[in-house]
Amino acid sequence: MAHIDLDKKILDKSERFAQENRELLDAHGVFMIDLLASPGAGKTSTIKATINALRESFNIAIIEGDIASNVDAVRIKEMGIPAVQINTGGSCHLEGDMINKALKVLDLENTDLIIIENVGNLVCPTDFYLGEDVKVMILSVPEGDDKPLKYPGIFQAAKAIILNKVDTLPVFDFDMPAFEERILNLNPQAPLFKIAATKENGVDSWSAWLTEQIEAAKAKQA
Amino acid sequence: MHELSLMQGILDSIAPVARDAGATRVTQVRLTVGEMTQVVDEAMRFAWEALTTGEPLYEGGELVLDFVKPKSRCLDCGAEFEHDRFHLLCPECGSRLTMVTEGKELHIASIEVDVPDEE
Repeated sequence: MAHIDLDKKILDKSERFAQENRELLDAHGVFMIDLLASPGAGKTSTIKATINALRESFNIAIIEGDIASNVDAVRIKEMGIPAVQINTGGSCHLEGDMINKALKVLDLENTDLIIIENVGNLVCPTDFYLGEDVKVMILSVPEGDDKPLKYPGIFQAAKAIILNKVDTLPVFDFDMPAFEERILNLNPQAPLFKIAATKENGVDSWSAWLTEQIEAAKAKQA
Repeated sequence: MHELSLMQGILDSIAPVARDAGATRVTQVRLTVGEMTQVVDEAMRFAWEALTTGEPLYEGGELVLDFVKPKSRCLDCGAEFEHDRFHLLCPECGSRLTMVTEGKELHIASIEVDVPDEE
């Protein structure tokens, strides 16, 4: 019988690829967001609104992660924005090697910002570092103000939190002060952006924050 | 249910180490898991069973999970405090500027292996 100390990261393989992704992004000065939310929270709508807000300032590319289909990538390409579709074939999250393949397809030389639309899931993607600069999560009003209590991890992994579909607040029993209090306790430093993506409401402060993050990352590199 | 992916990664990391040590069997795998990760004890055990059953290297092996309680440090007043998953504001000064120092671990701590007696 022998005892072997390992103290090795469980996500060793995914993180090796994530590190490679990070180096690739740094070499080309690309900022990458890992966007997390449950199915139907409005990830694609938020991405489209963000593209409209920032396409004059930055060259944007999108990586779409879904279990199956390419409907999201088609929607993005219709806007004239490069998009790569990853089908995980059943897996509930994206891993570093999948993003690595996608990055090799994109024209990184002419890209400033990549948004990864992760698989719709409030649990699994949280534990995986993909090489991104920041994780951002979207909750939509119909999902309810209690979600931070049920899925604390994802609210804590996010550098910023977007509350989408605020135009539906009048018809849902969403306790805004309670929600804000929960976020403050879970993730004290994360800004909260309230938007209605399909109406492009409230997108300005979110895009301004994102622009700041991108500029800060560029300044740090220079 | 990302525990299957995690467990596959764990086995991929362990197998070469066990092989290099000349082990015929891995009798115990000890993981350190922060309570702020998304890992669920039962799901991890299910993944272990699912992926090791019928594998001679892991026959009869045991999976041990050591969970780590969350801990943070206040960057304003320097207080160090334990907390649950939901309350990260500094309990001393109320500051938002706190940093998690423990509770996000996802580590393979160690393994126990059977190594046939050297001749």
